[in-house]
Amino acid sequence: MGFSEETRQRAREVIARYPADRSRSALLPLLHLVQSEEGYVSPAGVEFCADMLGLNKAQVGAVATFYTMYKRRPTGDYLVSVCTNTMCNVLGGQQVYDTLSEHLGVGHDETTADGTITLEHAECLAACDYGPVMTVNYDFFDKVDPDSAVGVVDELRAGGRPMPTRGARLCTLKEMSLQLAGFADPREGAVADGPAGDSTLRGLRLAQQNGITVAGFDPNTPIATKDGGTAPAGSAKSAEAAGVAANKPASDAKPAGDNAGQRERSLKEAEK
Amino acid sequence: MTQPRRETLEKLTPVLTKRWLSPDAWRMDVYEQLDGYAALRKALAVHPDDLIQLVKDSGLRGRGGAGFPTGLKWGFIPQNDGKPHYLVVNADEGEPGTCKDLPLMTHDPHSLVEGVIIASYAIRANRAFIYIRGEAVHAARRLRNAVQEAYAKGYLGRNILGSGFDLDLVVHSGAGAYICGEETALLDSLEGFRGQPRLRPPFPATHGLYASPTVVNNVGTIASVPYIVLGGAAWWKTMGTEKSSGPMIYSLSGRVANPGQYECSMGVTLRELLELAGGMQPGHNLRFWTPGGSSTPLLTADHLDVPLDFEGVAAAGSILGTTATQIFSDQDCPVYATYRWLEFYHHESCGKCTPCREGNYWMVRVYRRILSGQGTHEDLDTLLDTCDNILGRSFCGLGDGATSSVTSSLKFFKQDYLDYIEGRTAPRLSEKSLVGAH
Repeated sequence: MGFSEETRQRAREVIARYPADRSRSALLPLLHLVQSEEGYVSPAGVEFCADMLGLNKAQVGAVATFYTMYKRRPTGDYLVSVCTNTMCNVLGGQQVYDTLSEHLGVGHDETTADGTITLEHAECLAACDYGPVMTVNYDFFDKVDPDSAVGVVDELRAGGRPMPTRGARLCTLKEMSLQLAGFADPREGAVADGPAGDSTLRGLRLAQQNGITVAGFDPNTPIATKDGGTAPAGSAKSAEAAGVAANKPASDAKPAGDNAGQRERSLKEAEK
Repeated sequence: MTQPRRETLEKLTPVLTKRWLSPDAWRMDVYEQLDGYAALRKALAVHPDDLIQLVKDSGLRGRGGAGFPTGLKWGFIPQNDGKPHYLVVNADEGEPGTCKDLPLMTHDPHSLVEGVIIASYAIRANRAFIYIRGEAVHAARRLRNAVQEAYAKGYLGRNILGSGFDLDLVVHSGAGAYICGEETALLDSLEGFRGQPRLRPPFPATHGLYASPTVVNNVGTIASVPYIVLGGAAWWKTMGTEKSSGPMIYSLSGRVANPGQYECSMGVTLRELLELAGGMQPGHNLRFWTPGGSSTPLLTADHLDVPLDFEGVAAAGSILGTTATQIFSDQDCPVYATYRWLEFYHHESCGKCTPCREGNYWMVRVYRRILSGQGTHEDLDTLLDTCDNILGRSFCGLGDGATSSVTSSLKFFKQDYLDYIEGRTAPRLSEKSLVGAH
């Protein structure tokens, strides 16, 4: 499929965030961007990224297949990830995953026939103090058990949007991918969603209840200076330009000894 | 639950976590009311070298696991070299058990942004990147919002607060690869490549991002900087131990009554942390634990009084790591726990070097065989032999870390392995998961 002009414009915005001549740095966000339009990284999405960055499709494909979050097949509106790494696993995460898999009739990285849910088992999601955890489009449902997890997916399939325990109200996987490409969440109030959970605040509350603070903090403590302390002005912009010129990227973005652009063109012509 | 004793409570040092109690501290106006951006003003008034010296004097060491002295790292950046310098924040939190950077970025994102500006000024960088784990979507929302607010206030962009210092900051989301927490793999990923580690030397201090001098620091390290600038090095050193100064966020998970984040003076012991956390869950007795994530060798109930600082944990044969203490009880099986971690390392191995890629692949299969009741005594030798070929022979720390739980669990819990092999423990895995194990 052809990508929309809006997506092209967004791609240009993404590229502009990185230094000139270092546009390849925009590849990861661009892959999130194409996923936001198609729900996965399709061959057309790979080609789009390649075109935007002056790379060939093999180079983009090599990157896209390396990272777990880039999906290779169409996904559902909601990606349900159940942590089955050691801690969540022993606390019941494996049963949660097995129950969901049976309930939904899909395995790892598979999507329900109605196109609502893609299920996956995930490695540590960095919320071990709330284990076992599950995320929907990477927003957290804490301390889940098989029943509560089934409740969440049933509500999703019935068109509802259950509120995560922490994090923002749910959006679709495509909408979330756009945020991962570096664009602000446009939903009013979504950034404010998600209070700190009990485990997050446990140590702090204990300190507060018992009047524990760190003594001796004076924000006006002077900083020792070597020479009486005058801050230098001046930017290193010109230095940056000189450095960019002096240092080629780690790779020149082309296979060694290979005129990739020409080959790509010949391939396209051959396909016609 | 029993109330912790006063002397144990006094180990709590709420510094980096303190603003989390203010529900709107992620907003600029609230952050500014809570000392926010005061450190930046103070820092911009002194010479960058004085800030590097201040951080050296504070004894701050990297909070990402390795514990490298931060001021020293900053000092390695060559000055007046005519090259651009970069600051890259490693926010790719993913070490199993570790869960301290996500709450920090979610509830107090400006402290990281302020630390980034000060650190960039110190090392003379005009561009900085926060490489945040892809899955951390809500933390990224808050962080991007904070960056936008900081630009609007003139804390980022051109001529910050009239100092003549310019800085652009980009929040860059990863895409699900644990290996990108390794600093050179992170740099490759940030340059738009597969996240695979680079050969060192040269080190990032001279040839980092875009082959230019680069400092890569963890979230907690950079978020510590504003407090050191405000309170001074001497105050910072009132917390922690002589060689491991300051507060540290300890993340307790597992079979404890109250799992969660406990910011304590560095050098607190697990016995004290357990007291703060209300003890073990009823019916559970401590059996094994990780001091700092799954890449650190397991410790046992014999190590309750080990000071959890860089030196203390090393002396006990493990690593402080990310201070992610995952706590397991007598109802948890160390063989199964290790197997699950190995599945993780096997999945996350980037494939660049043979020992890690092949070693983890085979060890997972040996574990499956043991756990399905078909293991042999030779399997234990095979595991140790494989670890011997991974540790120190892998391209980066991922492979080394993978061996930690294998060798330590075999050291402390060999009987558990033998019980599976000799049929005293019922198989944990079924036949179907055995495909390819022989």
